[in-house]
Amino acid sequence: MTPRTITTPEVPKALCPRRKVKNDMSDDKVLLDHGSGGKISHAMVSDMILPAFDNEILAQLDDGAIFEVNGVKMAFSTDSYVVDPLFFPGGNIGDLAVNGTVNDVAMCGAAPLYISAGLILEEGFSGSDLKTILDTMGRAAARAGVKIVTGDTKVVPKGKVDRIFINTSGVGVVFPRANVSGAMAKPGDRVIVSGTIADHGITVLSAREGLKFNSNIQTDSAPLNQMVGSLFDAGREVHVLRDPTRGGVGTTLNEIASQSEVGIRIDEDALPVNSAVQGICELLGFDPLYLANEGKLLAVVPETEARAVLETIRQDPAGKDAAIIGEVVEGDPGKVFMTTAIGGSRIVDMLTGEQLPRIC
Amino acid sequence: MSLKYVKEYRDGDLARKLAARIKQTSTKPVRLMEVCGTHTMSIFRHGIKSVLPDTVTLLSGPGCPVCVTSQQEIDAFIALAMEKNVILATFGDLVRVPGSVSSLQEQKAGGRDVRIVYSASDAVELAKANPDKEVVFCGVGFETTTPTMAATILAAEQMGLDNFSIYSAHKTTPPALAALMETRGVKIDGFLLPGHVSVITGTEAYRPVFDAYDVPSVIAGFEPVDILKALLMLVEQNETGETALENAYQRAVAHGGNPRALEIMDRVFEKKDAVWRGIGMIPDSGMALRPAFDRFNAAEKINISVPEAPEPRGCACGEILMGRKTPEQCGLYKKKCTPAHPVGPCMVSSEGACAAYYRYS
Repeated sequence: MTPRTITTPEVPKALCPRRKVKNDMSDDKVLLDHGSGGKISHAMVSDMILPAFDNEILAQLDDGAIFEVNGVKMAFSTDSYVVDPLFFPGGNIGDLAVNGTVNDVAMCGAAPLYISAGLILEEGFSGSDLKTILDTMGRAAARAGVKIVTGDTKVVPKGKVDRIFINTSGVGVVFPRANVSGAMAKPGDRVIVSGTIADHGITVLSAREGLKFNSNIQTDSAPLNQMVGSLFDAGREVHVLRDPTRGGVGTTLNEIASQSEVGIRIDEDALPVNSAVQGICELLGFDPLYLANEGKLLAVVPETEARAVLETIRQDPAGKDAAIIGEVVEGDPGKVFMTTAIGGSRIVDMLTGEQLPRIC
Repeated sequence: MSLKYVKEYRDGDLARKLAARIKQTSTKPVRLMEVCGTHTMSIFRHGIKSVLPDTVTLLSGPGCPVCVTSQQEIDAFIALAMEKNVILATFGDLVRVPGSVSSLQEQKAGGRDVRIVYSASDAVELAKANPDKEVVFCGVGFETTTPTMAATILAAEQMGLDNFSIYSAHKTTPPALAALMETRGVKIDGFLLPGHVSVITGTEAYRPVFDAYDVPSVIAGFEPVDILKALLMLVEQNETGETALENAYQRAVAHGGNPRALEIMDRVFEKKDAVWRGIGMIPDSGMALRPAFDRFNAAEKINISVPEAPEPRGCACGEILMGRKTPEQCGLYKKKCTPAHPVGPCMVSSEGACAAYYRYS
């Protein structure tokens, strides 16, 4: 092979981010990191998306939008599902597509009622896989007690999309006594997680990489609307509800701390982690705090409500491992700290970019 | 893998006792440097600095092989990725490291065939699956990784692969320790030596540095109890003045290291000079493929000419690494150099001194 000389080419200045201060990305390219839910994603939302759409409902940046229609408080949310692989232990993209949006609406303190489903299919996608996914979506909707009432299907030529992408939107009615928002956490509140963390993230990673572990780890994808409904039916006071999907518990706590302008301290010993998941995280160098969950919620509640909320959550099948993991503190607004198992203290930062792409 | 070893060496009570012993023993200020990225991460993750007395300062040395990859090396990877028939395979954490004008992440976004892999053998699989392309693997890592790289090359040779090569940016640890001790004005009272590098090299790889500088040195494992124990040993050495090269990771590190790994590494690689980001050129600190393996050497197969890329002006990583400056004293910190757009290794590494500082601000 004749050796050729290659010199480092002149790269146009526009591709060199360090020389610009502008955050609106108009000269840059979209990077995988922009979809990660971490710092760079957030920057894109605040610097490009918010200014373009410009309204006070969107500016809340909660899991869904809350607004009134004819005196009725409603919640509305949307999410798109691009998980790879499509099928993984415990479920498939169909489960995520329905439960994900059911949960986003529930996190608004609302009872989800109606879901839409938009499908973008790649030419040549397997008909039997499509049927399996659709059946899964139907079953998930029935289990959650919601109806998929409208939708759309597009087919694009081979290679223009990866097998199937799904978008679902959901609408519901806010519970009468509910007033939840990422901005409502108060010093003294307790932070509760409804069960073991990182299950979904590790499941998808293992399936994607063909890693064979001798364990029964599977996705935790589940609807949380009944769990949420039981909290409000029992008259519990809840300040924040969030489902820690992409970016994990660590990222979600940072979002809450930032929106509420408070500090949050959690206790490493209190975090519920499945021991097989812990083992795989150790092996692969992942931090369970930053891996996705698809059937868990974080609740921030007044100290006096904590025990009762915990008991109510534990009664739901998806909440049996629920635990109080920390509290909201005065000072250090926007920061999340963790007391480590050895009695030390560390900061739990928001991820800069992508830990695992296409996790949900 | 026995999961048992996770809990035992994270035992809260044992860790607290060790921290208390360090507090009792330490009377004079000491500056102890760790030179392994995994130590930096573990120290951060378990909040170890927060349980140490004020007399003990921990410095994060150049322990992350990805972060010390020089601009020129990144430019070379990019030049390879630009070749039409090349698939560039790389570890994920390398993609954000900046070259002089771009990064692999940006090149990937721009359509270059850059693939993230978990190991060199994944890259070999890519080569087997794409016989009409040249798969070039970005060889980055210290002595923990280099033997597996060597084994992969030997395997590729056995398979008769002719479309697989690597561009070696591999480096070794002991020369960096010597370079740090040689730096005028630096004050390092002890080294927390890398655990897994030592599994390969054995304890005697550090003997020349220890003999030349008489610096307290302890090989440590990665769990909090391991690290606290090693720090206690370093503090004790400083208090008594009885310096030694000690092994506190005996469950994994043998005196002679791993002879098979050392032999394979020596068969495939030889020493060369290398530029470390933020530090500069350290003689004999790099690893190059021996001429017998030219056909697996991307630098031989695809004649790359990458212009001299001076380290970015104003980057104070070299001095920050040695604890002579704080991140705030670097002119680029928070302005041109941020975690999202890092310049030097202290910011590239998510646990580097500057990235860690940034989080607290």
